[in-house]
Amino acid sequence: MSAEREFLKGNEALAYGALHAGLNAFYGYPITPSSEIPETLAAEFGQGNFPEFRSFLQAASEVEAINMVNGSAATGAKTMTATSGPGFSLKQEGISYAAGMELPILVVNVNRSGPGLGNLGPEQSDYFQATRGGGHGGYRPIVLAPDSVPEMAAFPSLGFSLAFRYRTPVILLADAFLGQLKEDLTFPEVSSSSFDTSSWAATGARGERRHVLASMHLELSDQNAASHALHAKYDQIARHEQRFDEVESDDARVVIVAYGICARLARRAVRSLRAKSAPVGLFRPITLAPFPHDGIERLLDRGVQNFLVVELNAGQMVEDVRLAVNGRARVNSLGQLGGLIPGTDELVRAAEAMLG
Amino acid sequence: MSGTAGALYETTLGPLPTLTSKPTHYCAGCEHGTLTHLIASALEALGARERAVLVNSVGCSVLAPDYLNVDAVEAPHGRAPAVMTGIKRARPDLLVFSIQGDGDAASIGLLELLNAANRGDPITIFLVNNAIYGMTGGQMAPTTPVGMVTTTSPRGRDLALSGPPIDASKLVASFERPAYVRRVFLPVMPTASPEFYNARGALEGARAVRHAFEVQERGGFAFVEFVSTCNVNWKMSVLDSKRYAAEVLAPLFPAGVLRDRFRMESP
Repeated sequence: MSAEREFLKGNEALAYGALHAGLNAFYGYPITPSSEIPETLAAEFGQGNFPEFRSFLQAASEVEAINMVNGSAATGAKTMTATSGPGFSLKQEGISYAAGMELPILVVNVNRSGPGLGNLGPEQSDYFQATRGGGHGGYRPIVLAPDSVPEMAAFPSLGFSLAFRYRTPVILLADAFLGQLKEDLTFPEVSSSSFDTSSWAATGARGERRHVLASMHLELSDQNAASHALHAKYDQIARHEQRFDEVESDDARVVIVAYGICARLARRAVRSLRAKSAPVGLFRPITLAPFPHDGIERLLDRGVQNFLVVELNAGQMVEDVRLAVNGRARVNSLGQLGGLIPGTDELVRAAEAMLG
Repeated sequence: MSGTAGALYETTLGPLPTLTSKPTHYCAGCEHGTLTHLIASALEALGARERAVLVNSVGCSVLAPDYLNVDAVEAPHGRAPAVMTGIKRARPDLLVFSIQGDGDAASIGLLELLNAANRGDPITIFLVNNAIYGMTGGQMAPTTPVGMVTTTSPRGRDLALSGPPIDASKLVASFERPAYVRRVFLPVMPTASPEFYNARGALEGARAVRHAFEVQERGGFAFVEFVSTCNVNWKMSVLDSKRYAAEVLAPLFPAGVLRDRFRMESP
């Protein structure tokens, strides 16, 4: 299906993007609004279109699924799971073990609304859970935030390359809107990259050499050393892997900070404000973790005095923006909850209020 | 040495490349050490060390990679069967096995165990059932007999409160797909003569372990439960724990072959 124009839902595009990236194994459990991902992969499994895709299972639970992911990843396979809020909570145990064992895994969370069961509408309320490492023990996953169907298709490839380069869990944080939204896209004609896993994968001992993948280090000094090594890796990721996008930010006096579906709303708001000659721009984090502090720093250097953070929660990313700004500019927050999204006019009014 | 027992003796004792030289942390009188040796011996006999991957589960066997000189992957508490499934589906050429405890397999990991069994995934699970949580210091397990005193059932396991013990082998055998389900009474038993011990369980165990690997290589799900002791947490002498296992656990968890789709030549 490469090089042909397709019209797909975000979830379907993500599934095909993963297949084009050379997905070897997928394990998942149905949950709305992410179920098109396992459905699309189930339809392709065993059909011969993607010969590298050799393992698909609908697991009996989210917990079983993430542990299957860890098992396949331990052999060096490109492995993914996909879920939504309540399922993402259940997967945290396994993600923590993957972080500790340094397994390259890709976890998709199509963010739905509310704590508990909530509803099926879009929210970005899992921002903290995703970016802080929602499981126990203090680890930092890489979190990617697409804002379009083409990015839903492209980010599995980016996710795998980061996951294997750093041997760490990568979270692809989408939302119900992006999962269900249909757009046209063209899959790039790329051959999937392969990664050398021979120095660590558990595929059978060779003579004296064997690989033991473990997060457990019972000697306190051993755990201390292992944890320091992990965090040195996270520091390296934070230095080298910040990704962001900017729109009309060069001369902006107010910069809207938004990701995912909110970045799309913000683009419209920026267009209509610019039509009125209002100097407003957009800063869109693509990596929510590591948070693109350097990009915010550059905006501050350019003299930006106002940031308007728009997100579908009661204010989560705004805390990272405030950390990056560190008192050097005004930071306002605009949120929406329950599966609703703010109107472009609300963004326009909030930005205009900051312009004074 | 001659005959079957002699041959077995030669293959199960002595230094093995599949064992590390590290002394185990297992308590004196515990069957974990025996099982570790039986597994190493079977892997050697099958020439399988270089295609073996151990999934270490949470419990006393969490340190198994310290003793078994094979590749290993860690599983969260109860999740070993899921991790094994993931390894095996990605790499069907590997021989994947785990040593689970009763709490790991029959309590927190029951979903993972039963669903792997139902799918008939070609993996090998060894369950050490000593009727108590050993690693955490003697709490009630899913397999604790009614009336047995533990730190969380200080007046004895109460049937009305906690229900009866769970029979994991029976549950696994209730599914259609598992190819090999067997329960072995592992403790070496004292005899009337203080000079002699009855090691029948270890001999049966050796055959069961090897067959459980062979069954996986023929595409089947293999599950062997070893009824064992935990004298430290049962707060008994080693010999008393063996007698208690024979008197209380053996009738509750009777030894036998519950399923053998690839018939062993000499069971």
